[in-house]
Amino acid sequence: MEAVLETYKTTKLEEVTVWFKAAKISDFAKDGGACVKYKDKQIAVFNFARTNTWYACQNVCPHKMEMVLSRGMIGDDKGTPKVACPLHKKTFSLENGENLNGDLDAIATYPVKIEGENVYIGFSD
Amino acid sequence: MKQIIVVGNGMVGYKFCEKFVAKAEAKDFKVTVFGEEPRPAYDRVHLSEYFENQDAKALEMAPREWYEENGIELITSELVTDIHRDSKTITTVKDREFSYDYLVLATGSSAFVPPIKGVEKEGVFVYRTIEDLEGMLAYAAKLKETNPGAKAAVLGGGLLGLEAGKAVMDMGLEPHIVEFANKLMPRQLDSRSSQVLKLKLESIGLNIHLSKATNQILGNKAITAMEFGEDDVLDVDMLIISAGIRPRDELGKTCGLEMGVRGGIVVDNKMQTSDENIYAIGEIALYNQMIYGLVAPGYDMAGVAVDQIIGEAESLMPEEIDMSTKLKLIGVDVASFGEPFMPASKGHSIIFENKTQHLYKRINVSLDGKSLLGGILVGDASDYSMLHQIYLNGMKIPEDPAQLILPAGEGGASFGDVMDLPDEAQICSCESVTKGQICGVIESGEATDLGDVVSCTKAGTGCGGCKPMVADLTNATLKSLGIEVKEGVCEHFELSRQDLYKIIQVKGYTAFNEVLDNHGTGGHGCELCKPLVASLLASINADTANKEYAIQDSNDRFMANIQRNGTYSIVPRVPGGEITPDKLIALGQIAKKYDLYTKVTGGVRIDLFGATLSQLPIIWKELIDHGFESGHAYGKSLRTVKTCVGSTWCRYGMDESVSFGIELENRYRGIRAPHKIKGGVSGCIRECAEARGKDFGLIAVEGGWNLYLGGNGGATPRHAELFAEQIDNETVIKYIDRYLMFYMRTAKPLQRTAAWQERLEGGIDYLREVIIDDKLGIVADLDEEMQTLVNKFECEWTQAVNDPEAMKRFSHFVNSEEEDDNLVFVPMRDQKMPQQWN
Ligand code: SRM
Ligand SMILES: Cc1cc2nc3c(=O)[nH]c(=O)nc-3n(C[C@H](O)[C@H](O)[C@H](O)COP(=O)(O)OP(=O)(O)OC[C@H]3O[C@@H](n4cnc5c(N)ncnc54)[C@H](O)[C@@H]3O)c2cc1C
Ligand code: SF4
Ligand code: FES
Repeated sequence: MEAVLETYKTTKLEEVTVWFKAAKISDFAKDGGACVKYKDKQIAVFNFARTNTWYACQNVCPHKMEMVLSRGMIGDDKGTPKVACPLHKKTFSLENGENLNGDLDAIATYPVKIEGENVYIGFSD
Repeated sequence: MKQIIVVGNGMVGYKFCEKFVAKAEAKDFKVTVFGEEPRPAYDRVHLSEYFENQDAKALEMAPREWYEENGIELITSELVTDIHRDSKTITTVKDREFSYDYLVLATGSSAFVPPIKGVEKEGVFVYRTIEDLEGMLAYAAKLKETNPGAKAAVLGGGLLGLEAGKAVMDMGLEPHIVEFANKLMPRQLDSRSSQVLKLKLESIGLNIHLSKATNQILGNKAITAMEFGEDDVLDVDMLIISAGIRPRDELGKTCGLEMGVRGGIVVDNKMQTSDENIYAIGEIALYNQMIYGLVAPGYDMAGVAVDQIIGEAESLMPEEIDMSTKLKLIGVDVASFGEPFMPASKGHSIIFENKTQHLYKRINVSLDGKSLLGGILVGDASDYSMLHQIYLNGMKIPEDPAQLILPAGEGGASFGDVMDLPDEAQICSCESVTKGQICGVIESGEATDLGDVVSCTKAGTGCGGCKPMVADLTNATLKSLGIEVKEGVCEHFELSRQDLYKIIQVKGYTAFNEVLDNHGTGGHGCELCKPLVASLLASINADTANKEYAIQDSNDRFMANIQRNGTYSIVPRVPGGEITPDKLIALGQIAKKYDLYTKVTGGVRIDLFGATLSQLPIIWKELIDHGFESGHAYGKSLRTVKTCVGSTWCRYGMDESVSFGIELENRYRGIRAPHKIKGGVSGCIRECAEARGKDFGLIAVEGGWNLYLGGNGGATPRHAELFAEQIDNETVIKYIDRYLMFYMRTAKPLQRTAAWQERLEGGIDYLREVIIDDKLGIVADLDEEMQTLVNKFECEWTQAVNDPEAMKRFSHFVNSEEEDDNLVFVPMRDQKMPQQWN
């Protein structure tokens, strides 16, 4: 089961080789998230509309390996943007993927850019 | 530098070390500890928790590094075999020799195994160490593989035996308790309370056999049965012996220390044995001709021994030792304190008993009626801490002492404010922490909240029984210092739920961001404040979950309960549990079409499981076309009003419980509250709808309905309290309207009516004043607010399937029609289920 985690590796901005056009801004809920399919990956993308910032991470929760993070609630923990898994409310930093309320492995995060009305996610493969 | 050797690294041996290193004089001594067990001392009192998680580390009193850091040499897995008093040395099982200046014996006790024929058979265990538990778990697992109905008995119905009985139950074996005496917990309970306890334990599935002397244990290699008399045999596959303890006094015996007739090493009030260089503490020490099988006296002994060794000669063990106990068990409250049994010549007993509720309370009061001498509580020990304190501190009791035990509302009065306790009152007996110490650390500024108090004083870290009182003291002290007890909902709001309620109502806010911008501390909000504000907006404006779905709690956001694998369940409303055959068929056909797992819920309706996110609106559309609507099974909102058939069909029915139940369910459907709300309507006092286990419950009686409020099942079950008698339908609705609205206005986040009502000052009487007598002058508002919510009701699923914007959220991917490829279902009993987590 854990094998699915191998699919996801944090990609830094400078490592991006592909900007994948995911969807339109209007396809995402304000202050909410949605899931994007890219090859065999499921990527959760979040729209922090209050500050107009965007984040992306793996959709799979490292707690029970379910594809659910995009359906979690978002917010911040002392300024760090985070998502809370809808299954057991483990929270993860969207900046570096760290599990903020436990000691699960960090999740993989990906850069997001906005161009015009479109949302792009950065990958290195 | 003097050498201290501690023999035994159990709870008390550890406590000796802890208290020792806290002393300045410790630097003049070297401490070496020998333990026979492989691991450092662990918390035996909470041993049963090992069954839940098999986490030995979590039970450790302190990690091995702690000993190192404090300069203590800890040698585990090494039994001390001899003491040579002349040369002041000891030898160990490895034939190593060590000398001492002071020797502290803390070898504890072992489980007493009565000499019954056959006790050596496989499958017979004692309950004392982690290794014992590991053995039991392995054996039980093996048993269950071949025999799912395997049975296990516990020999002994005392404090520990009952705890073991619960463990047996948790291991999934059929539990039996076998007791030699004619009552349970013979040392703590009188016959009547013991009888009540027996009924209660039987009601939760424990089989109890009293007055049984076990002659022999049958079976070839492994146990198969216990034989009491010739034709009196109990078939069991496993046995746990819990028949008392025996001090491990071998060392004392062989080196010639003074011993008790029935074992134990004799000590005086300095904890000194007959050899002035040897101390004995804990369950090995015979003090006042008693072995005290509890940690609190053991900890006190450890303190006395430490003081004596460093030369504080005036530190002595008190004459009287408090043996009050509260059983930590199975959700059955049992406690006894002071003198539980009392001859009539010494005082009066006041007894309150209600067998139908498995409730028994007894207090013993001095002949002059002025002081409390002891008592027994079975079924409800919530007053234990306060009664125990009143007893310990000789506090004044009410003129009518019966008020101490009568249920509130039936003559009982709330009594005893924690702040009235004297400063010396010992709140935490395990760690000997007084009220003065607890208040002191707050007054000095050392502690500013409960967590600080616990870490500064260690109060509540032993058996945990005093925690509620420590919390009450902390809050009361903070309050008395004018420090506001912070009730902010999270880092984004310093306001309480109640404050936010008022603000939203007065300012007329309609969106989360308005509330955060104007009254929050900044940031984006989080998973605590978002659903809270969502719930408030719903309670005040009747907003549905479609309006601002991104701030809803995970389940409300998709208006379905998320399941283990990320799929959802669907629960249409079936008001009162009444359903036509056509609707039943429709449910069946829809479930079949979408291959959903179906089950009748504990809330009298039908749950369809395994729908994917994108299937949700499609399935709901079909359900709505067949006349169904959302059951709000996902929301903190009205769930079900359970009914019995009542006078419609039942020969005993006093009124139409189904009709009234449906009316109530339809009235309150959709309203959102701090927590979920359930109702029940029974047609007569046989109570087939379990109305008293609901937030609001009705029972039809001659001349109207009896209305009960504030009950629930769940983790902390509580029966609803009788609020009004023989009232008509209209009055029922009026009272429930006001009750729910008042609850929605004032409760804490995620607080069920039961917990809210319990903490409401003045309790049910106060509620009557607010709801019936309009003491606060608010009932007109409450009535109007509720009527507005009722009028504005709209089924949110019907709303959603008709609104393209709302529908957007129901697809797994934003950029693809595909489904989650990670889903795996496996077959189960002609249906399906998600693959197990590993
Ligand atoms: C489906 C059902 C079990 C079943 O198969 O029968 C169920 C399932 C869940 N219950 Fe329940 N409860 C169900 C009846 C009950 C009952 C029985 C009853 O209503 O008479 C109780 C005890 C009565 C009570 O509430 O007082 C009950 C007490 C709880 C509690 C404890 C509440 C408490 O105050 O302590 C929780 C936890 C919570 O709400 O915080 C809970 C939580 C849950 C959750 C929501 C847990 C979760 O978040 O996933 C489960 C969701 C299932 C789902 O996806 O639909 N469930 N749950 C029952 C649905 C009834 C319905 O038709 O709506
Ligand atoms: C399941 C269970 C539940 C309990 N619940 C409660 C409760 O709710 N409240 C309460 O107050 N009490 C409770 N008790 C009792 C409490 O655990 C004991 O009172 C306490 O552990 C006694 O501490 P001790 O250090 O004297 O003995 P122990 O904890 O037994 O420690 C003695 C240690 O010394 C070791 N030892 C013995 N001989 C030697 C030797 N010659 N050389 C080296 N090492 C040796 C033993 O192996 C053992 O590790 C419970 C006990 C059990 C088993
Ligand atoms: S009792 Fe526990 S496991 Fe069962 S449905 Fe309720 S919450 Fe889920
Ligand atoms: S699966 Fe995400 S927190 Fe449990």
